[in-house]
Amino acid sequence: MQSKAARAFYLIPYGAWILLFVIAPIALVGYYSLFDLDGGFTLGNYRNFFSSIYLRLTLSSFWYAFLITLFSLVISYPTAYFLTKTKHKQLWLLLIIIPSWINLLLKTYAFIGIFGQYGPINAFFAAIGIGHRQLLFTDFSFVFVSVYIFIPFMILPIFNAIDRLNPALIDASRDLGANSWTTFRRVILPLTMNGVKSGIQVTFIPALSLFMITRLIAGNKVITLGTAIEQQFLVTQNWGMGSTIAVFLILFMFIIMLFTEQREKGGSGHGKNR
Amino acid sequence: MTTQPIIRFEGVTKRYSDDATVLDNISFEMERGKFYTLLGPSGCGKTTILRLIAGFIEPTDGRILFNGKNINDVPPNERQVNTVFQDYALFPHLNVFENVAFGLRIKKVKQAEVKKRVGEALKFVNLEGYENREISEMSGGQRQRVAIARAIVNDPEIILLDEPLSALDLKLRTEMQYELRELQQRLGKTFIFVTHDQEEALAMSDEIFVMNAGKIVQSGTPIDIYDEPINRFVADFIGESNIVDGVMIRDRLVRFAGKEFECVDAGLDPNEKIEVVIRPEDLEITSSEKGKLVVSVDTQLFRGVHYELSTYDKDGNEWLVHSTRKAQVGDEIGLDFDAEAIHVMRLNETEEDFDRRLESYEVTGYAE
Repeated sequence: MQSKAARAFYLIPYGAWILLFVIAPIALVGYYSLFDLDGGFTLGNYRNFFSSIYLRLTLSSFWYAFLITLFSLVISYPTAYFLTKTKHKQLWLLLIIIPSWINLLLKTYAFIGIFGQYGPINAFFAAIGIGHRQLLFTDFSFVFVSVYIFIPFMILPIFNAIDRLNPALIDASRDLGANSWTTFRRVILPLTMNGVKSGIQVTFIPALSLFMITRLIAGNKVITLGTAIEQQFLVTQNWGMGSTIAVFLILFMFIIMLFTEQREKGGSGHGKNR
Repeated sequence: MTTQPIIRFEGVTKRYSDDATVLDNISFEMERGKFYTLLGPSGCGKTTILRLIAGFIEPTDGRILFNGKNINDVPPNERQVNTVFQDYALFPHLNVFENVAFGLRIKKVKQAEVKKRVGEALKFVNLEGYENREISEMSGGQRQRVAIARAIVNDPEIILLDEPLSALDLKLRTEMQYELRELQQRLGKTFIFVTHDQEEALAMSDEIFVMNAGKIVQSGTPIDIYDEPINRFVADFIGESNIVDGVMIRDRLVRFAGKEFECVDAGLDPNEKIEVVIRPEDLEITSSEKGKLVVSVDTQLFRGVHYELSTYDKDGNEWLVHSTRKAQVGDEIGLDFDAEAIHVMRLNETEEDFDRRLESYEVTGYAE
C-alpha cells in the first residue's frame, strides 16, 4: 500500500502545473479584466464587451470558426473513412499527420508565397488566361489556410473512432435490411460521433482565437477574438479590455466543451461494466 | 409435390487473391426447414459459405440459387436471410428493444406492430422484460439471445449462425444447444450453423457438411457421418478413432494388425490397401486369451463416464479404448469387437463413389 506521503509526493508536478499554468493565468486574466486604462477598478470593460463592436466581432469570430470547422469536418470524415479501408492505413495517416509537426508560422509563410501575386497559383491562372487574381488577404484564403492547418487534428480522432468500429456491426446492419446510406446514418455515424465531437473540439476552440493567420493571410481584414486580444495588449496597450475578451473566450470554450461532452454510451471508449 | 431446395450452390469458387482459394468448386443443396451444420477446422471455408449466402461477399465463380433464383448479385439487405454473428454484433448505441427492432424500423413497420413483434421475439428467447436494458448490461448468454431475437423478428427464410456458441462457457453452451435445436423446430425455419465443434454438430443437426481445405469432404446425418466416415480426416475430426492401415482380402474379410477379421464391408478390389477405423467405445476389454487383439495398457485416464485407455499392440499400433471397466497399467489385455465395429475406408475415395459403394453392399447385405 502507498503511504499518504508518497502519494502527496507524486501529486507535486501535477499540482504545480495546474497552479502555475492553469489557475494562476486564469486568475490573472480575471484580475486584469477589472481595471481600466488608467489602472482604476471598473466593470466598464464588461459593459464594453456587450457593445455592438465587440458583439459583432464575437459573432464574426464564431462564424469563421464555424466555417473552418465545417469545411474541416466535411473533408476529414470521408478522408478518415477512406483511410481506415486502405491497406497501409497507419502509413497514410502518418503522411497526413506529419505536416502538423512543422511550425505553424513556417507553413503560414509558405502560403503567402503560394497565394502571392507572383506565386505558382497566379502563374497558373495567367497561363490559362484567367489573369492575376487577388488571393492573399481574402476571406477565402483565410478559411483555406485555417482548414489546411486543422485537418490533421480533425482527421485523427475521427480515424480512431472509425477504425475502432467493429466491422461486424456494418455487416449486421446490412444483414438486417439497411442499405449503405441507412447503415451510415443509423450505425456508423452514431458510433463514431465521439470522434467527430473530439475533432470539433480541437478545431473550433482554437479557431476562435486564431490571430497569426488572420494577420499574415487575411491581412487583418478578418478580425477574430484572438486578433482583438492581441491588438488590445500589443497595440492599444489596453490590458483590461484584452483580459475581458480573454475571459469571454475562456467562457465560450467551457460552453463548447459542455456541448461536445462525450457520453458514455457508444462504440468507442466503451469502458463501463465488466 | 416437388420440394425445391432453398439453397443451391453450383460450382461455387471463392478466391481472394491468386494464391488463396477459400472455396474450391463447391456444389450442394439444402432443403427447407432443416438444421444444417457446416463443420470443419478453422480456415476450411465454412464461414465463407455463410458469408456467401448472407451476401457479404460474392463468389468468384459459380452460381448461388435461393429458391431457384440466382442471387449472386443481390445485396445482403435484399436477401431473405438473417445472421447471428460470432460476436453477436449487437449495436452498442441501442438498447435491447431497439436492437431487435432494427430490421423492422428499416422496413418502416408501424410502431404498434414493432412493439408486438419485438415482444414476441423476446418472449421466444426468454428475454421478456429486458426491453430497456443496455447491451453492456447483458451477460454473454443474454446477448446471444438478443442476437437470435434480432434475427428471427424479421421472419427470414434462412437463419445463419456463425459459431454463435463459441464465446460461451461449457455449461451455457450445452444449454444453448438444446435451445437452438428446439427453437429451430418450433420456427420450422432453415438453420445453417457453422462450427468447429463436432459435439455441437452431432447434437443439433439434421445434416452435417464436413469441410476441409475449401471442399466438402462428406455430408450426411450425424449418425451416418459418425458411423461411416469417408476418410481419415472425417474419422479423426468427428469423435475419437483408432485408424490403422490394412488390406481387404476379399468381400467381408479384412486384414490388419497382423490378423484377419470378418467385417461387413464389401465392394472393394481384392488385396486393396485400405484404412480401418474402430471407435474407442466399440472396443471391449476382455482377457488376453479371448480377445481378438492382444494389447498392453500404456496409460489410463479417468474421464468421468468412462476410463480412457491408451494401449499398444505388438506391431506398435495405438488402440484407444473407452471402457467403464478398469484395467491395470502395464497389463496385457484382450480387446473384443463386433464385425460391425470395423469400418473400412478406401484411400482417396470421392463422396459419390463412397455413397454408391455403401448402397450396393448394404442392399445385398440385407438380402442375405
